[in-house]
Amino acid sequence: MSALLKLSGVETYIGRYHILQGVDFEVPEGQTTMLLGRNGAGKTTTLRTIMGLWQAKTGSITLSGEPIEKLATPDIAQRGVGYVPESMAVFSDLTVKENLVLAARNGPLDDAQLAWIFGFFPALKKFWLSRAGSLSGGQKQMLSIARAIVEPRKLLLIDEPTKGLAPAIVMSLIECLKEIKRRGATILLVEQNFHAARELGDQVLVMDNGTIVHRGDMAALAADVPLQERLLGLSLEAHQ
Amino acid sequence: MMILSGDPPRSRTLSILLVVIVLALLATPFIFPGAKALNVAAKICIFAALVASYDLLLGYTGSVSFAHTMFYGIGSYAIAISLYGLGPNWASVAVAVAAGLPLALLLALAIGLFSLRVEAIFFAMITLAVASAFLVLASQLSWLTGGEDGRSFQLPELLRPGTVFIGKEWFGFPINGRILTYYLVLSACALMILALLRVVNSPFGRVLQAIRENRFRAEALGYRTVFHLTYANCIAAVIAACAGMLNALWLRYAGPDTSLAFSIMLDILLMVVIGGMGTIYGAIIGAAIFILAQNYLQALMSIASTAASEAGLPLLPGLLHPDRWLLWLGLLFIASVYFFPTGVVGRLRGKPAAKH
Amino acid sequence: MSEIAATDTLPKPRRDIAPLLLPVVLALLMIPLVGSASSWVTLTVASLAMGMMIFIMASGLTLVFGLMDVLNFGHGAFIAIGAYVATLVLLPLASWAQADSLLTNLAVLVPAALLSMGVTGALGLVVERVLVLPVYGQHLKQILMTTGGLIVAEQTMYALFGPQIIPMPLPAALRGSFILGDVAISKYRLLALLIGLVIFVAIELVLNRTKIGLLIRAGVENREMVEALGYRIRRLFLGVFMTGSALAGLGGVMWGLYREQVHASIGDELTVLVFIVVIIGGLGSITGCFIGAILVAMVANYGGFLVPKLALVSNILLMVAVLMWRPRGLYAVTSR
Ligand SMILES: Nc1ncnc2c1ncn2[C@@H]1O[C@H](COP(=O)(O)OP(=O)(O)OP(=O)(O)O)[C@@H](O)[C@H]1O
Ligand SMILES: [Mg+2]
Repeated sequence: MSALLKLSGVETYIGRYHILQGVDFEVPEGQTTMLLGRNGAGKTTTLRTIMGLWQAKTGSITLSGEPIEKLATPDIAQRGVGYVPESMAVFSDLTVKENLVLAARNGPLDDAQLAWIFGFFPALKKFWLSRAGSLSGGQKQMLSIARAIVEPRKLLLIDEPTKGLAPAIVMSLIECLKEIKRRGATILLVEQNFHAARELGDQVLVMDNGTIVHRGDMAALAADVPLQERLLGLSLEAHQ
Repeated sequence: MMILSGDPPRSRTLSILLVVIVLALLATPFIFPGAKALNVAAKICIFAALVASYDLLLGYTGSVSFAHTMFYGIGSYAIAISLYGLGPNWASVAVAVAAGLPLALLLALAIGLFSLRVEAIFFAMITLAVASAFLVLASQLSWLTGGEDGRSFQLPELLRPGTVFIGKEWFGFPINGRILTYYLVLSACALMILALLRVVNSPFGRVLQAIRENRFRAEALGYRTVFHLTYANCIAAVIAACAGMLNALWLRYAGPDTSLAFSIMLDILLMVVIGGMGTIYGAIIGAAIFILAQNYLQALMSIASTAASEAGLPLLPGLLHPDRWLLWLGLLFIASVYFFPTGVVGRLRGKPAAKH
Repeated sequence: MSEIAATDTLPKPRRDIAPLLLPVVLALLMIPLVGSASSWVTLTVASLAMGMMIFIMASGLTLVFGLMDVLNFGHGAFIAIGAYVATLVLLPLASWAQADSLLTNLAVLVPAALLSMGVTGALGLVVERVLVLPVYGQHLKQILMTTGGLIVAEQTMYALFGPQIIPMPLPAALRGSFILGDVAISKYRLLALLIGLVIFVAIELVLNRTKIGLLIRAGVENREMVEALGYRIRRLFLGVFMTGSALAGLGGVMWGLYREQVHASIGDELTVLVFIVVIIGGLGSITGCFIGAILVAMVANYGGFLVPKLALVSNILLMVAVLMWRPRGLYAVTSR
């Protein structure tokens, strides 16, 4: 199993603040890697650094062996990285269709791909010509994910997709992500919801204070309740 | 140290420079006799105070106002209109102060409160619009302001050149009302600059800097930024109006070109940037450099321009014409914002005075 | 891609039409105040024509701000440069411009306008690279740098063209008015109105119907996400900046012909007007800019007719009134 994405010794400053203090990990191709951690641990900052939205001060980031830490955001995106930010960042003034048209960088929207997306996000078809700003929070999240998969991407960076969603919607979102996984996507997924993490993750990384404090198999962590408690301050049972 | 409010120049070269400037200004009537030198010195004093008050806004709160000349003009016109209409006596001066300063204060308050209601980014644009409307107003209401021609007026007896205190026999020139006026201007400007130093080094001044660095954080720390910014606006406006009054007293005249014109606003910006934003001392340095250049460099350009035209060079005579000196200043301005954002003072202090 | 039928639509947010009605209401209110119908028509056409010219000048500024948060205080310089450049063509070819044939007139007018737009557009490229890019993201320095640019541009024009006012006579075919009953409508104003409308519609079409337009609208809302989708927004911005500069140049040509004279100071004079329009409209909004321009022109024309003294401060009063009503302008686009 080769690593698609590899970070080593990545340090990121935001203004004067030293946020990422040496982050090392690998994301194996074709798998879903979970990035867990307390609030403020630096998960979002990690994704933004990979995406080039913050510049890493030191350290290296490689995608398929090519260093990308010095590249500008558009160049990173063009190398096949899709990003679903924590804030979803749908273009609210544009319609659902227009949002996806922009996301399909390489040409017109592909019918088959769209049909596949509509299969698990029917709401997007339903509101195809409505302004994205008027969608509900869950629908915006779907649109934001759809934007990242409307064309095949090498790597998907997804930041807390279940944040603020009702449990039923979380369940269906998990199904969607599984479906995306099944197509062979490589995903780096930030998640607070441990249930979702256990369902989706192959690998797991746990962050704290700007460094990776645990890396391993998701299944192993899911089985090891004391370890969960130590790393995440929660137990799975209490959380369900 | 007390008098500098615990904020010394913090650079040996800068201290020497400041001492030289202050001594030269103090001694101008004696070492550089003649009307031109005295005019230049008075202008340096007035602009040092005016620019220092602008620095309170630009350097300490980070907001760009284009309405500073408006307050300067209010002061100038208050003196001119009052002395012209009510006669050349001290009572008229008092009336001018009593009418001009509150007017400046109220306008600053109005602009401040209004701008704070709208987006911060509008501030520069709004002040520009208001100032230009005020300029048009001043040049149109000719019954009051004398229109484009402005108002010339007589000074109170004591300040007139004809009033001689010490005859020629002592210094080779008479100590008269003109020289008294000069020292009046000099000491008033010095007082204003020291007062501004006191303001920026007070807890209030530190809050202003905190707001400039990060408005949201300052708000989160519980400062009512709205109040602080408006207050800074008002202080700056009142000092600008005072400087305007001194300017009118010195020139015995107030008109759009000497107090309200957009070009004066640009001069102020240039001086503050060249001197160094957020330092107050920068105002003195900037004003001295700029006004000396304005008065003596132009002569040099004139010589160069004539030489170039005699040599038959194309374009150069036009570019070097003394009237084009603003062109070179504009370039200097861009270069200094780009290469020396901290100005002369920041350079001399060796580390950035205003962060970033 | 086949058309996908949306099976459902969400309720469209109620279109915010109050600002759109504002100029209409204002114009109607003026009928009784102005008194005579013919003066009212003349004033209204004058307002609309002037409004269109200001809109053309202001549109670039508002987009440039909306897209990249850049405030260009030197925008007025493009206006003056545009007018000056046009005189380079119009004055030597004065005999063509004054010939009594519309075609001959246009044969000199169109190249003059295109040359102006070309020069100002190219200058826009230089300004963006030299003055804006180095201080990108820093408002204070942006304002200072572009103000410096304004001084330099203005002084260069004085050096090149001299301090005197240069006459810029209207081509013969555009002089005079169409007479309908007792109403006289100046031909040139009608033309200005037409050009303004065409440009407004063109901008709206580009913004709403093309991918570039979608990108601009998306970028105004969230610059980062546009980049994260793989688009180089800097390039897009440069394009918008150049287009805005070229439009300012065109506006300058039209304004010069309207006033039939050019002077370097028109840059200063119009900068203020353009700023007021952009503020009233809401930074970043083309529709707001369009309405703002018409409002400013109406206030200037009706105001100048009814209470000439008030005309001096009428724009400020208008701005205060609008901002009291909507602190972010008529249509606020950016969330920044
Ligand atoms: N723009 C910013 N300026 C200053 N500090 C920031 C900024 N953005 C994030 N931080 C700080 O960086 C740290 C890491 O933030 P980050 O958003 O990466 O955390 P996170 O792990 O994603 O948390 P959460 O689970 O709450 O989303 C936090 O302490 C945060 O306060
Ligand atoms: Mg986060």
